[in-house]
Amino acid sequence: MHLKRDSKLRLATIGGVFALSNPAYAEYGLNLVEPASELTANVFDLHMLTTKLAFYITVVVTVFVAFILVRYRRSSGAEADQEMHTNKFGVYSWLLVPLIVLGIDLSLVGPANDTLKQVEQHVDAELTVKVTGSQWKWTYDYLDNGVRVVSNLQEHEADEVGYLRSVDNHFVLPVDTNIRFLHTATDVLHAWWVPAIAIKKDSIPGYIHETSTRVTKEGTYYGQCAENCGKGHAYMPIVVDVISKEKFSEWVVARTADANAAAAEASADKVWSKEDLMARGEELYVKNCAACHQVNGAGLPPVFPALKGSAIALGAVAEHLDVVIKGKAGTAMAAWGAQLNDLEVAAIVTYERNAWGNDAGDLVQPADVKSAR
Amino acid sequence: MTTETRHEKSIGHRTTIKWLLVMAVGMFGFGFALVPLYNLLCSVTGWNSIATNTVQASADEISQEIDLTRTVTVTFDGTINGGLPWEFKPLVRKIVVTPGISYEANFYVKNYSDREIVGQAIPGITPWQGTEHFHKTECFCFTQQTLAAGESQIMPLRFTIGADLPKDIKVLTLSYTFMDTDRSVLRAGPG
Amino acid sequence: MSDAITHEAHHHGPPTGAKRWLYSTNHKDIGTMYLIFALIMLFIGGAMAMVIRAELWMPGLQLVQPDFFNNLVTNHALIMVFAVVMPAGVGLANWMIPLMIGAPDMAMPRMNNMSFWLLPPAACMLILSMIVPFFGGGQTVNTGWTLYPPLSIQSGMGMDLLIFTIHILGVSSIMGSINIITTIINMRAPGMTMMKLPMFVWSWFYTALLLIVVMPIFAGGVTMLLFDRHFGTSFFDAAGGGDPVLFQHIFWFFGHPEVYVLLLPSIGVLGMVIPTFARKPLFGYKSLVYGMAALYGLGLIVWAHHQYTIGMSIETTTYFMIGTILISIPVGLMIFNFIFTLWRGSITFETPMLFALGIIVMFSFAGTTGVMLAVVPADLQYHDTYFVVAHFHYALIPGSLFGLYAAVFFWLPKWTGHMYNERLGKIFFWWTTIGFNLTFFPQHFSGLAGMPRRIVDYNMIFTEFNVMSSVGAFIFGLSHLLFLYIIIKTIKGGEKATDEVWEGSSIGCAGLEWTVPSPPPFHTFETAPQVK
Repeated sequence: MHLKRDSKLRLATIGGVFALSNPAYAEYGLNLVEPASELTANVFDLHMLTTKLAFYITVVVTVFVAFILVRYRRSSGAEADQEMHTNKFGVYSWLLVPLIVLGIDLSLVGPANDTLKQVEQHVDAELTVKVTGSQWKWTYDYLDNGVRVVSNLQEHEADEVGYLRSVDNHFVLPVDTNIRFLHTATDVLHAWWVPAIAIKKDSIPGYIHETSTRVTKEGTYYGQCAENCGKGHAYMPIVVDVISKEKFSEWVVARTADANAAAAEASADKVWSKEDLMARGEELYVKNCAACHQVNGAGLPPVFPALKGSAIALGAVAEHLDVVIKGKAGTAMAAWGAQLNDLEVAAIVTYERNAWGNDAGDLVQPADVKSAR
Repeated sequence: MTTETRHEKSIGHRTTIKWLLVMAVGMFGFGFALVPLYNLLCSVTGWNSIATNTVQASADEISQEIDLTRTVTVTFDGTINGGLPWEFKPLVRKIVVTPGISYEANFYVKNYSDREIVGQAIPGITPWQGTEHFHKTECFCFTQQTLAAGESQIMPLRFTIGADLPKDIKVLTLSYTFMDTDRSVLRAGPG
Repeated sequence: MSDAITHEAHHHGPPTGAKRWLYSTNHKDIGTMYLIFALIMLFIGGAMAMVIRAELWMPGLQLVQPDFFNNLVTNHALIMVFAVVMPAGVGLANWMIPLMIGAPDMAMPRMNNMSFWLLPPAACMLILSMIVPFFGGGQTVNTGWTLYPPLSIQSGMGMDLLIFTIHILGVSSIMGSINIITTIINMRAPGMTMMKLPMFVWSWFYTALLLIVVMPIFAGGVTMLLFDRHFGTSFFDAAGGGDPVLFQHIFWFFGHPEVYVLLLPSIGVLGMVIPTFARKPLFGYKSLVYGMAALYGLGLIVWAHHQYTIGMSIETTTYFMIGTILISIPVGLMIFNFIFTLWRGSITFETPMLFALGIIVMFSFAGTTGVMLAVVPADLQYHDTYFVVAHFHYALIPGSLFGLYAAVFFWLPKWTGHMYNERLGKIFFWWTTIGFNLTFFPQHFSGLAGMPRRIVDYNMIFTEFNVMSSVGAFIFGLSHLLFLYIIIKTIKGGEKATDEVWEGSSIGCAGLEWTVPSPPPFHTFETAPQVK
């Protein structure tokens, strides 16, 4: 299997520190992820420069110390020079250090500054996407055409390739396009980081930051949240599909059509069957509600009440809808009215009233939700 | 050791301790002084910070100069902070403006909950170089906004882009985050 | 007459039983308590690290839940920093500074007692903060030791316990620092001028001064956090006009100098150990003293290099980048001086020396990865990945922990009067060095490959590096049982140590501490010695 061979090779190469300074090993995971944009390629070059420097300094120091230890070990009969610190070298040699170190430092600052300017330059963006981090999902808003992609973790087993690296909805970008990302967050700090295509900047609630990139290679790129955001920090991966410009235009059209169709479907006065509502409801419930109320409806009392057998889920439909649409003051229950359309609310409420042994038995139709708003 | 030198020693101790204590207490105070200092530093240098972005521009701060040689695109955006049951969006996504002239933009807000909620809009401007040239003369972000249950409003913003905006900035983004001033919602977290 | 009585009273030896320790005002006893406390906490903090590495052994959740995992990460760091390295350093200072400068005790013996006895309750609260979430104390402290809001606003009661812990530890270390500086300034024996001070004393002079400057700021920062959490203020809450980024500035204004607080005492220890076993005086004494001052100054003005990703202006980041890179000058100077102390020496390889040599090599390496991290555009890739974890463990384990080990082996014969088992000491050095490198070297690669820090679980592409790390960590962790064994064995008995202990101590670092018997009597230097 390809993956196994790959990991063996990696294991075999790890022993050699020299591999650090050889970009050819990048594909084996010993180095920064291979860059796929001009910007990250420049950062990669800078990284290689500093890495080499770090490597050589470490080698020089180690070899020099090793040489001294062998040369001046007492077992070889070395006599200590008691006056060395008082001779000219002893008194003035400290001047050498700032000179040498400053020289090395300055050799870094120049290239670093050039790259920094590139990171901060303002290219005319052809596409602007707002990337919003929330506990624990990413939302991508294409500001130019109103398309929105919400990206949640897709569950996998730990031994599967996609574990913690796949999401339900991929983030789609066109190749060879100047892209500007706007970063913000809705609750705590997050950081959107896909090392191959863009550098990271923190997503801070109340702040908006921008980074830009121009991806030069089509492909799928992976990343994950890089700023600790609590319990689900390990569970908000990023998957970016970079596709050709033509395909991207098609994708936008399809995506817009889908969104319109969904909206139309939700607002239509169609009467839905119980099976359809329950199927949609389960999917939506797992995505939106299960974090607190749990997949089995048992909740996490006392903070998150159980829905299984609860008074609200088995009581009047109007009150149930009220809580879901408008939230409940003084608790963690959010108002979902602004985020979910009529059909989605109807499906979730129907599901909650008829799942896990709840036997309210009634169906809630989108029209009911509409009048409840 | 004679009593006299012991006495001298303890005086020496006291002086040293006094100075060190003054340092420690002073630094504790300095920690708190960092709050206004940080805001001051940000407003003097024009660094990006929440405080500098929420300030109302005074008339004399805005230069009267109008730069007809170029235009700047200003894009608007809105984010709802965790748990606030509001809808919030700009009515116009982007406008093209001439530096030095005053413009107005409107935002739509609706409270979906069944209770009155006090919200605060936090403006963020990017790129950060544009921060000090984005003058808001009238903005719903200067004060807290109260929306009754189910109420919707159109909220106005009046602004001028300074003619001294660096030439390489052609697009400015103003993004608001509306937050619930009652922070218990955030505190609870998503569990 | 009265003189004769006090003289008599001083000589009836230490009080017996629990009172000797509870009411102790003797710098040697208090130093011993500090060191034992640090050793106990080292095992607790280390056990947490073992759980962390066991959890990260393979993809998938092995042992603990994500919330508790991040709580472990938080408390592992806080324990290692505040309850291991700092108390151990203060313990060494208590034991050695009066002996080195020829003082009968610390300047304020009673305050000394209090600074120590604040530690055990603080440590209990620190551990309690991890336990309360299991008993309805709300969300765990899953923020990491940086405690960034708004995430830290979401935490439950554990966070408040941590804040109070930090207050108590802050008071304790500020009192300790005041004591140490007062002792160094006022209690030196006649003839012991500042520029004759042993390097260890100098290193503590700077450390204590640094602590007095930065610890109150951190205390202030967490107090603001406490107010935000409970009293409706909004220092860091954007909705009320505050700024979450401000906390990061306050934290790192403290946090960066704190690294030097951990580091400097060990640099001081190197300044004692290396001359002793190279059998020649320290090379570049003056430049080391001034180099530490430069490190002190630079350390205070480069804090924001921990926050390159928060969107600062280009001028600001450039300033912090250049400032940070400049730190390599004083650090380079220290390494240079130590290497040239070895040059033309007559070197033997006892355990403290092995640790010192290991530190020179491994700490230089940490310095170079530090320069890599200082370069802003590259840091935008490394930031918050395992590369950073690897870097600061390379800086802090050799840079401060191994320095403490060197100190323990160096002075244990002086404290106990017995030589430790040299063979076991050398085995311990190689065992822990190999374990340490196996743990943290691979983490550079997992970071570069894209593994963020503080994650409880990962994709299988990171598996090999994490397996190596975990194996290394268990080797590293286990080696400390040997360490404990060596210490207990040496306390109980062993070959009698001479007053000088080391053959080289009369040449390399001839100091007053080697003129008193091993172990030193309960009271030393009641009559101040004359220093030439």
